Amino acid sequence: MNTEVLNIIREQSKKALAARLGEGSQDNFQKHVLVCGGTGCHSSGCQKVYDKMEETLKATGLDESIKLIQTGCMGACQLGPVVMVYPGEYHYCHVGEDDVSEIVEKHLKNDELVERLFYTNNDGELQPTMSEMDFYRRQQKIALRNCGKIDPTSFEEYLAVDGFKALEKVLTSMKPQEVIDVIKASGLRGRGGAGFPTGVKWQFMADNESDEKYVICNGDEGDPGAFMDNAILTGDPFSIIEAMTICGYATGATKGYAYIRLEYPLAIKNFRLALEACRKNGLLGENILDSGFSFDIEVREGAGAFVCGEETALMASIEGKRGEPRPRPPFPAASGLYGKPSNINNVETWANVCPIILNGPEWYANIGVGKSKGTKVFALAGKIVNAGLVEVPMGISLKEVVEEIGGGIADGKAFKAAQTGGPSGGCIPIDYYETSLDYETLAELGSIVGSGGLIITDEDTCMVDLAKFYLTFTQEESCGKCTSCRIGTKRMLEIMDRITKGLGTEEDLALLEELAYIVQQTALCGLGQTAPNPIVSTLQYYRDEYLAHIIDKECPAGVCDIKVKKKAAKKITA
Amino acid sequence: MAGTTCTCNCSVSNLTGEAKIEHLLELYKGNPSALIVVLSAIQTELGYLPKDWMVRVAEELNMPLTDVYGAATFYAAFSMQPKGKYTINLCVGTACYVKGAPEVQAAIEKELGIKPGETTEDRKFSFNLVHCIGACGIAPVMTINGDVCPKVTKDTVAEILSKYE
Repeated sequence: MNTEVLNIIREQSKKALAARLGEGSQDNFQKHVLVCGGTGCHSSGCQKVYDKMEETLKATGLDESIKLIQTGCMGACQLGPVVMVYPGEYHYCHVGEDDVSEIVEKHLKNDELVERLFYTNNDGELQPTMSEMDFYRRQQKIALRNCGKIDPTSFEEYLAVDGFKALEKVLTSMKPQEVIDVIKASGLRGRGGAGFPTGVKWQFMADNESDEKYVICNGDEGDPGAFMDNAILTGDPFSIIEAMTICGYATGATKGYAYIRLEYPLAIKNFRLALEACRKNGLLGENILDSGFSFDIEVREGAGAFVCGEETALMASIEGKRGEPRPRPPFPAASGLYGKPSNINNVETWANVCPIILNGPEWYANIGVGKSKGTKVFALAGKIVNAGLVEVPMGISLKEVVEEIGGGIADGKAFKAAQTGGPSGGCIPIDYYETSLDYETLAELGSIVGSGGLIITDEDTCMVDLAKFYLTFTQEESCGKCTSCRIGTKRMLEIMDRITKGLGTEEDLALLEELAYIVQQTALCGLGQTAPNPIVSTLQYYRDEYLAHIIDKECPAGVCDIKVKKKAAKKITA
Repeated sequence: MAGTTCTCNCSVSNLTGEAKIEHLLELYKGNPSALIVVLSAIQTELGYLPKDWMVRVAEELNMPLTDVYGAATFYAAFSMQPKGKYTINLCVGTACYVKGAPEVQAAIEKELGIKPGETTEDRKFSFNLVHCIGACGIAPVMTINGDVCPKVTKDTVAEILSKYE
């Protein structure tokens, strides 16, 4: 495969996709029907809808003129199974098997819309198309640009949406250092949680001479409540492969690993299919696009350990060992996998690379706010009307995300707090409802952007119980290597357990704070260093709830099962 | 010890059971870095890690048995106990948790008489808690041998389980 052939295939593929790109069909397929195959829609039965659609199209002979595609996650998980019809990007919600024949008969045959399946917002306004829907209107999709739009396993469809154009540009017209400079100038920072500048990381690796270097994709998305990496790996695996290959060229690596957690079987399957297609078409392997550059990627499945999301633990796991972290330095860029220089980035970070190369660093740096450039994908869940995946420019306010995109709090309840960053993060109380969602602002509030979990809680959520929930998780997942994490989190959890049973004392709060400080300061890796955050953050904003459990023996939200009775105040006898 | 590329993913995926494990042991002979790949295959094919197979793995990959045991006990995906016919994975990720997963857990425990990590005496059900399967939009959610059960409540547990014979 050379660039000439690649561009011929791309032009053909573009014609086949024209109906979906808003350019009017240029082949036999007048309409395209897309069935969302993301995890959320899968769980609500999209496979049956797809099968029924396929059967109905065949039976009516419409399969000659209507193209049926199963895509990755479109984002609106709460509204699934979702079926989209192009041209016009009509968005049908909660489609059941029984609705298929009506869509075929009315919309596909006679261009009559099936209005009852369109989204209606809280004000009763009917929103038939994606661009009209509140959920999508405020979003800006860069990392998720192809998710839900293309067949994730089709090499041709990826080409049609400018796939491998960035790689072609890099291999034919840029020096490795120029690539790194572009990524640096874009201001892209690690989306896995730490927010380290990606270009700087690449530079470290490029500067280290070695006979072998590795590029690694961290797909061990473990934060409970975050699922954007799953969506990208499942819905747009080629974009990750392309970005990793670009990094390999820029930093002098020839081998890549994609570490994907076992709990994401569909992601593993689609990624493997994409790898096969790339090898078959000469976009992985020896001498890619006649450039002389060679690169290949291998998938490694996780085996169920949260700590493996930490980079040094992940590398140990690839080496076949227990996934335990080790002290840094040396950093992976100097000594990583098999002791060789290694560069590891999160899935969402990789997903931003190709658009930056194609559109230029200035374009990317213009999106966002302050030092937080670009967009961030949040997994919006909890007590919200429209749970799902949303990609928004950094700096958007929490309130906008909750109310305008998420449709507000479910069941007419009141917003209480947003929990960001999962078990490593903290909460944002209602006083900061209009706060900007970006790295710096959230850090000031004692929380983090983290991997992008955004859990909305309402008046029925007990913040003490929620903090205990996170600590239970990190305590279970603590690998046990360093003392402060192994024992510190255990002791903290015991205290939290006492408090939620009404057996805590006020001294316990001081002890909790002291332990939290020690674990934060002395734990070996990010898991331990951030494990106390949910406690510290809830103590900061919801101390009164802790005190209610301790002094009044009462859980204000009615969640904790407190059996102890409050002692009656001693009578003062004169 | 780098470079453990399985160049024949395709043929491996066509093999099942012990034949697949034997194939992998042959492929990765003397290569300890393939330990997790091999253990995962044994877990998938046999449902647990039998002692005899772990000894074989240590011999074939040329590594101490203690390291095999170390990895086998470290990762949640591995079990040294045989599993039930059906494995229930209840998600207790944040979204499921705030939407009532603890109540569902209590209902399952009551229905089956086992705690998380255990298997019923008749080896019909194994019950695990998992953290986030990425289906937060339909919380609380559980899977039974991969079948996804969306929006489970404490009242629907018994009915769902009764469908599994």
